[in-house]
Amino acid sequence: MNARSEAAEPDILIAGGGSNGVGAALAIASAAPDLRVQIVDAAPPVSLSERGAKDERASAIAAAARRMLQQLGAWNEIEPHSQPILSMEVTDSRTSDVARPVFLTFGGEVTEGEPFGHMVPNGVMARALQSRAEAAGVVFTAPDRVSSFTSGPGRVEVKLASGETRRPRLLIAADGVRSRLRTLAGIKTVSWQYGQTAIVCTVRHERPHNGVAIEHFLPSGPFAILPLTGNRSSLVWSERAEEARRLIEGDEFVFQIELERRFGHRLGAIEVEGPRQGFPLGLTIARDFVRPRFALLGDAAHGIHPIAGQGLNLGLRDVAALAETLVEAHRLGLDLGSLDVLKRYERWRRFDTFQMGVTTDVLNRLFSNDSAPVRAVRDFGLSVVDRLPRMKRMFIGEAAGLGASGDLPRLLQGEAI
Amino acid sequence: MTDIGRAGGTVDAGELEKFARMSAEWWDPEGKFKPLHRLHPLRLAYIRDHVAAHFGRQPNQPRPFAGLRIVDIGCGGGLLTEPMVRLGAETVGVDPGEANIEMARLHAAQGGLAVDYRATTAEAVAEAGETFDVVLAMEVIEHVADVEAFLATLSRLLRPGGLIFLSTINRNLKAYALAIVAAERVLRWLPPGTHDYAKLIRPSELEAALNEMGLRVEGRSGVTYNVLGDRWQLSSDMGVNYMLFALKPEAEPGAG
Repeated sequence: MNARSEAAEPDILIAGGGSNGVGAALAIASAAPDLRVQIVDAAPPVSLSERGAKDERASAIAAAARRMLQQLGAWNEIEPHSQPILSMEVTDSRTSDVARPVFLTFGGEVTEGEPFGHMVPNGVMARALQSRAEAAGVVFTAPDRVSSFTSGPGRVEVKLASGETRRPRLLIAADGVRSRLRTLAGIKTVSWQYGQTAIVCTVRHERPHNGVAIEHFLPSGPFAILPLTGNRSSLVWSERAEEARRLIEGDEFVFQIELERRFGHRLGAIEVEGPRQGFPLGLTIARDFVRPRFALLGDAAHGIHPIAGQGLNLGLRDVAALAETLVEAHRLGLDLGSLDVLKRYERWRRFDTFQMGVTTDVLNRLFSNDSAPVRAVRDFGLSVVDRLPRMKRMFIGEAAGLGASGDLPRLLQGEAI
Repeated sequence: MTDIGRAGGTVDAGELEKFARMSAEWWDPEGKFKPLHRLHPLRLAYIRDHVAAHFGRQPNQPRPFAGLRIVDIGCGGGLLTEPMVRLGAETVGVDPGEANIEMARLHAAQGGLAVDYRATTAEAVAEAGETFDVVLAMEVIEHVADVEAFLATLSRLLRPGGLIFLSTINRNLKAYALAIVAAERVLRWLPPGTHDYAKLIRPSELEAALNEMGLRVEGRSGVTYNVLGDRWQLSSDMGVNYMLFALKPEAEPGAG
């Protein structure tokens, strides 16, 4: 209990070195350089770059999240690898339809020169955030993981698998949708599975995509073609779980044929690049986001169906709200881990999370359906939206993460905390 | 555990247990002192911003109060005292209640904070000749017997060029209805009997008393509860709760 050991203790310990965990560490350390922030990640440090290289997934980053990445100094490193989404088309079709009428097109920009979204490779983003966080003084400990923790009156005692003990003022769980820390904290979740799997892969095509993102609502689930740099696109292809497994594990030739049936021929000949990966789809929302000296962040608080490409954006909104709450509390001299501080974060995020979870759930149920009346209703709805410019602006604003619902954290407005 | 033992001083284990329970209650944001916790960030921001502006500090920089000496009169469990320490000030917490001071010490030790807590009166500290850059007496004057004598003591604690912050409840029908009838008897935010109507003081009376002592009121603000947003906010309406701060000029008239 001497001054030296006390000085070595982090103020904030974050479990999980993904984009949300590292993003939060960076946002906090940049705004409050006197706070000591430490990340504990289960993956070995050298493999972070390798994992980045292997991770075939790319994520849609809304304009608001991009503003935050810019404010945090990470965007310059990401931008050369990112593809602006210049417009979006939505079709509603049966797989066998040769021509797919476009019911809805979103064009354009949030503000002059600012597209409403970008496609960013996950690995590039992880590396950019990590290098900025290291420069901001964030300590990375890997490979290690939290094995147990006990919240006390002034600190939370965190035992690591390596046998070491840390005593931060706050423990943040950014350890994913099956968060172990959430279970250890005794926080229950509301969750259900869709029986669907998202097949994710990268496709190289003959002709340029011109920055157009396409979402086909097929009876088995949404099929999204999202533009990457060069003549490449990222596919998010939802299928019933057993069908998806057959496609992923089966013959490449069969996969190619099934892919072409859905992808269509407007971009010319196509070729799968890299592995085919499968992600079971479900919706999981934690009943509480906080406990004394404990907070859930990102997927640990909520895993949603990726139908609207909002999973990562939702996580980055948590990052912005949590960082702002903690930094403001710190600047008032408040105890970072106290429940009244953490409750502010929970109140800020919970409404948005439930709204997004419910919206994507309804969208999925509505569109993963082949009955004629349902199709007629939704097509009518989509074409009405398409003809109403104000409603479209609203949808674009929401997709860009700049919607009017609730107070927008400062980082998402592109401002410093 | 050694810290807790030290904080306890000569107090026996049973007493320590009792203080730990009381401290936990005092610091529970959803507990008996919930309204105080809700009001807390607003008061802190008011103090931080005006102290920073007066002493030329950047409120967003780490430890903006470094080098300042602050006394928190009527510190209770240390709700306001601990933030002053975290903001970098050398802080003394004063409360005549032994139990308050014990639980404040215990809480500070648990958080690893160095606070000089004293179970004594403002008069005793002033008598010893100690002075401070900032004197805080939040939600205190409505509980003292002789307001003018108390303010004179606070003035003695204040260094020339220093600031004093006061917050309290107005004395009028609205304040009676909201702060006593509603808060104590209906909503049970505070234990009944917490406030005595006759002891409440109007802003004009408080300002006149401060002027009398050569202190210059530099700012005043009402504090109102927004029912829809369930939060407290600053307001020009000083009808019920209000805060003000005053400066002790460098050339002190009528010193001694």
